[in-house]
Amino acid sequence: MYLSIIVLPGIAALLAGFFGRFLGPKGSSLITTTLVGITCFLSLTSLYEVGILGSVCEIKLAKWIESDLLDADWGFLFDSLTVSMLVVITSISTLVHLYSIDYMSEDPHLPRFMSYLSFFTFLMIILVTADNYLQMFVGWEGVGLCSYLLINFWFTRIAANKSAMKAIIVNRIGDLGLILGIICLMTTFKSVDYETIFSIVSGSDLITGVPSSILTLTTLLLFIGAVGKSAQIGLHTWLPDAMEGPTPVSALIHAATMVTAGVFLIIRSSPLFIVAEDILVLMTIMGSLTALFAATSGLLQNDLKRVIAYSTCSQLGYMVFACGITSFATSFFHLANHAFFKALLFLSAGAVIHALGDEQDMRKMGGLIRLLPFTYVMILIGSLSLMGFPFLTGYYSKDVILESTFAYSFVSFDSSFAYWLGTISAFFTAFYSIRLIYLTFITETNAYHSIIKNVHEVPLKMAIPLMILAFGSIFIGYLTKDLIIGFGTPFWNNAIVLLPNDAEFLPFFIKLIPVIFSLFGAFLGYTLYSSNILWNMPEQGSVLRFVYSFFNQKWYFDQLYNRFCVQPLLKIGYHTTFKLLDKGIIEILGPYGIASIIRYTVDRARYLQSGLIYHYTFIMVSGLILLLLVISQKEFSIITPFPINVSLELAILIGAAAVQINLAKRGA
Amino acid sequence: MLDLIQLLTGSCCLIYLLGIWGIWIRRSNIIIILMSIELMLLAVNLSFTVFSYFLDDFYGQVISLFALSVAAAESAIGLAILVVYYRLTGSILIDFASLLKG
Repeated sequence: MYLSIIVLPGIAALLAGFFGRFLGPKGSSLITTTLVGITCFLSLTSLYEVGILGSVCEIKLAKWIESDLLDADWGFLFDSLTVSMLVVITSISTLVHLYSIDYMSEDPHLPRFMSYLSFFTFLMIILVTADNYLQMFVGWEGVGLCSYLLINFWFTRIAANKSAMKAIIVNRIGDLGLILGIICLMTTFKSVDYETIFSIVSGSDLITGVPSSILTLTTLLLFIGAVGKSAQIGLHTWLPDAMEGPTPVSALIHAATMVTAGVFLIIRSSPLFIVAEDILVLMTIMGSLTALFAATSGLLQNDLKRVIAYSTCSQLGYMVFACGITSFATSFFHLANHAFFKALLFLSAGAVIHALGDEQDMRKMGGLIRLLPFTYVMILIGSLSLMGFPFLTGYYSKDVILESTFAYSFVSFDSSFAYWLGTISAFFTAFYSIRLIYLTFITETNAYHSIIKNVHEVPLKMAIPLMILAFGSIFIGYLTKDLIIGFGTPFWNNAIVLLPNDAEFLPFFIKLIPVIFSLFGAFLGYTLYSSNILWNMPEQGSVLRFVYSFFNQKWYFDQLYNRFCVQPLLKIGYHTTFKLLDKGIIEILGPYGIASIIRYTVDRARYLQSGLIYHYTFIMVSGLILLLLVISQKEFSIITPFPINVSLELAILIGAAAVQINLAKRGA
Repeated sequence: MLDLIQLLTGSCCLIYLLGIWGIWIRRSNIIIILMSIELMLLAVNLSFTVFSYFLDDFYGQVISLFALSVAAAESAIGLAILVVYYRLTGSILIDFASLLKG
């Protein structure tokens, strides 16, 4: 059963990929959806067996790398963390598969799309089930590759091409960190297995002799990997651009699964991170900055999907700083919950876009509440869950993160920084969620008559995933709260590091702060947008206009990167590496230069054959004399250079020859 | 009685170098070149006989006789070529025979 969880999506991908031509769109979507659905069911079973019954399962499949000091196997570890990730991945993936059948039904490349989706699921499963870092890296790179393929699904669009390249390249920057981190682990621990590394590192410094500086370096590099994959500030620019792919792709990859791989890496490596206190501080600060940055950037985006993408980025910031304050379980809890409501938001956004004939600009929407009541309810549930409305899923994880952060600030100061940034982000999150709903559904319509006339509610195959996700967005948090972050829960079973936290015992007022912030943000958003005072305020050249463009242009991050990183690098690549080195120095010292020297000397030596007999005589006699001189040397040897007098004679002869040749040329 | 060194440097070597010099300096006249070659061969012959005398060995003289006949044949062929060349070009200036260049 455990192996079929891994294999089935791979088989689905292969079938749809290689035989999609014969299976047709319907056949391939049926096969992939069914197989991934079975995987989802098996994952739920494994959650019951491993998570609830507590029987951890590890499968060693085959040897991979065997050398003296390093063994890496194809092994699969199913502990609580893995199986809960599996449930998240496979359930979201199944729903997205189901959703895509109708959403992409008019696309001629549906089998390819389904194959990519299943392949992505397969690689994500490889990522989470691996029992060593090397194998996890296979999945890690694989999901990056799949994200490239899926963002670039409509490969005729130049924007999709560019954003796919951006996604995979920016991801590779983080991957480099991860590679170096794995190398550090190999050299330090002589192993890449989780259990070896974690059992060594959890011993004290004196016993194991692992210096803390190396641990800091290793965790820093692993964190850089997570930064790239989870779109933390600095390497976040690919995530909003990845919205060029089809909407189900955004829901699957950039909301629920791929971006969570970075957080998963941190949670998986919690025994490592827990001993690297500097990196925990760094994580807290980076995470909270990401939360705030993304929330403010999402505030004034006009693209429906981009708003949601920034909210993803912001929520990932929450997860990372939750890891930074050592509450890994809370971070995971938010990861799981976030997957549900973010997938719901994306898929509902897809429904809106679908209904409006692929219109993504929120300024050209509005008034859809009467026409799309079902989608409205879905997106409202998702948004309320996202902004942490009490007793919805988001509330249980997000507010716990903020409470834990507040509680942890008694231990470390950076935590209170994160707390306030997170709380302010909660305010902004609520603001832009309400803005999204208001601009799309409530305000008077700005769309064309022809578009509004054709608006239709989603078909059943798209509605079912939405309903299931809505169910999840409402209830998952409440249902699994005690299981995952309950006080003294046996669920984790040593899969991650659990530290006691005082968050449960905070005063009631403190616990209310984030909720108050969110509700205030929501209220403010609604009031400002419904009273129309925001619309005409930012005049040309005013401060408000500047603020608007600052947030709308994502803090000018892309411009800064292009100006100071991308363009200089491209220039160096062309002017220095290509023109100066490859086509310049190396060619002159190498083939081109040697060839031209030879051609030059041969051109000169050609004149020795002047055609005049007395020149030939001269050269013959000179050669004879030279030969005699060489032979007459007592210590003659080929290796040692000629003695001085021979060299002198030689020089004289060559000089005489040159004079002769010049004379000959002049004569000719 | 002349000694070996005087004979070799004074006669053989001098005559030989004179022959080489003749080829070098007389650039145009092919007959003079042929004569210079004969001169060089004569110098070599002379040195063979000189060595033969001083080493008290008659092989040198044998070889010089051979060389004489070779020189005669060579000059005969050379003169024949010269005649052909003259028929072809109408001149015996060797500078005209410089069509074959590198």
